[in-house]
Amino acid sequence: MSPALMRVLRVVVLLSAVRGAPLATVTLPPVILEPVPLEPVPVPSEPVRVDSGADQNISIPINTEQQQQQQQQQVSLDVDVMLTGELNPNHYPARRAAQVVLHHLNTRYGSPYWWGALRQVHKATAEALGDSGRKYSLEVTLQDQISGTKETCTAEVVFPGGPAGGPPQVTTSYEGKSEINTQAQEEALYNQYNTSQNLLSGHNLPDSYGHVAPGMEPFWHLGGVASSFVMLKESSENTLYNMAQVVSVTQLATENNQLRFNYDVLLHEMVSQEIIHWKLLASWSPQEGVKASQMELLPKCHHCEPPQEH
Amino acid sequence: MKESEALQRSGSEYNFGSYQRLEAIYNWMDTLVAEHPKLVTKVLIGSSYENRPMYVLKFSTGGTNRPAIWIDTGIHAREWVSPATGIWTANKIAVDYGKDASLTSLLNTMDIYMLLLANPDGYSYTHDNDRMWRKTRSRSPGSNCRGADPNRNWDSGFGGPGTSRNPCSDLYHGPSANSEVEVSNVVNLIKAHGNFKSFISVHAYSQLLMYPHGYSCKDIPDMAELDTVGQAAVKKLASLYGTRYEVGSICKIIYPASGGSIDWAYDTGIKYSFAFELRDTGLSGFLLPANQIIPTASETWLALKHIMEYVRDNPYYTQH
Repeated sequence: MSPALMRVLRVVVLLSAVRGAPLATVTLPPVILEPVPLEPVPVPSEPVRVDSGADQNISIPINTEQQQQQQQQQVSLDVDVMLTGELNPNHYPARRAAQVVLHHLNTRYGSPYWWGALRQVHKATAEALGDSGRKYSLEVTLQDQISGTKETCTAEVVFPGGPAGGPPQVTTSYEGKSEINTQAQEEALYNQYNTSQNLLSGHNLPDSYGHVAPGMEPFWHLGGVASSFVMLKESSENTLYNMAQVVSVTQLATENNQLRFNYDVLLHEMVSQEIIHWKLLASWSPQEGVKASQMELLPKCHHCEPPQEH
Repeated sequence: MKESEALQRSGSEYNFGSYQRLEAIYNWMDTLVAEHPKLVTKVLIGSSYENRPMYVLKFSTGGTNRPAIWIDTGIHAREWVSPATGIWTANKIAVDYGKDASLTSLLNTMDIYMLLLANPDGYSYTHDNDRMWRKTRSRSPGSNCRGADPNRNWDSGFGGPGTSRNPCSDLYHGPSANSEVEVSNVVNLIKAHGNFKSFISVHAYSQLLMYPHGYSCKDIPDMAELDTVGQAAVKKLASLYGTRYEVGSICKIIYPASGGSIDWAYDTGIKYSFAFELRDTGLSGFLLPANQIIPTASETWLALKHIMEYVRDNPYYTQH
């Protein structure tokens, strides 16, 4: 279907007059709706928070008679229905998909000396894949947050459909870091910490004031890269993740030539604004890159309030 | 001595390039008023949930109820660079009045109101208990969880998309609009004043300059104008260090979010309503290094000035 036609493809969302009645949708995954009337409409008794949404007042091409009937019941809603076709690259649907690309790239190419971030989205389109979910095609510029080097690549992100969900699947045209000078730094770091004595430990990277203790920056970066494994698998079209802080990092003995670290991290999920606590085991070597395992979500604790160390 | 250092040393040695506790900020406000008594007054607008005073700095060269500009910082407790920027900005306004022709002409016809700590309980909590706290500290009946999101508590699409009715959520909108005293204190002031022409709320992070609405993704009637002002403002911001900001409505740029302050302000007739999300874009996030406070405030000032000058040069009347 041409992009132009996709732009005019519109879906009518009908709301029954009965409270809480499910919505009729067309070729879209089930959505949770929180109708916000711009014109007076009955408000459901159990409003559910909508995590994301783009404005929708959308109609399918149907015959006029039907359309007239339906218009009587049709209401303007702000609905959690996803856009298809060409997207505004600066708006949140494209940016969320692009963020997923960066998490994927960090799992593949990240290291204590390479930590990628999204710099800009240039182009984005979205396509419904029926039961298989939704696919985004993107052109993005990413930036290594350590050296500042930028690269542009294309990528595809598929958010799986259906109740099982599952992590997004990402492919990109990115072929690897063009600079090679991180290799020397990586080997030096590896050799320095490939020891069974004086295992490293640290906490609050950065601290409350944004400060990272001298010498600890590579382990802050490594925590960020390892967190991308979690953030990638937890991502959906309704999330935007960044790592907020490394709460603690504790080195374990080297195994299979991989340096290993237990990490305790706080992730910031922008759409819900929640701070989410994860533990993970990060292993790394210059040859193998970064791997994360034993990823465990820790419950949000409302009653325990450990004081922040400064 | 570089200008930024000179500014850093004024205000009785307050260090603008650092994050300070609430008490130090309140002390500094008194110093500012003492140093610029003809321009700045401190107005008590009410108390927070835990009974901390809420002070607004009013910049005025006289007149009665002149058209005014509102700026608030620190409504979300963990966004420390927001009040830090507010403090630097308040000092900048006081110091530059009489020296900067544009600012001087603005203050000769308009007032500026700055609420530096819009959520003093939350801010205190981030220093002593949980650096990542966002909300107020009000108690919710029937729940152990505390606080409502003060930027979901305004009477603008209250309870709509992008909010939660769960008191434990960071987006909990509160039991009702204006339930949070921190919000009602501001609402009462703005309503009683009746002559605000601009309402600017400062947050962090993401590097965005946004206009209404959050509760709906439909374009507001003034969208084209606000977008033009915003684009020009971020261009000036970028001129200092190349920092890139995106411009757009809250709903489209970041997410649907109902019950927000600038939506309320706009819907009550304050046309030039904007929200900033300051540095950075996620590397440090809420934990922005202190050495970025002054660069952030300096570049943001260029955008703020642009908006304020535009407001000065585009007077309008609102029918109530």
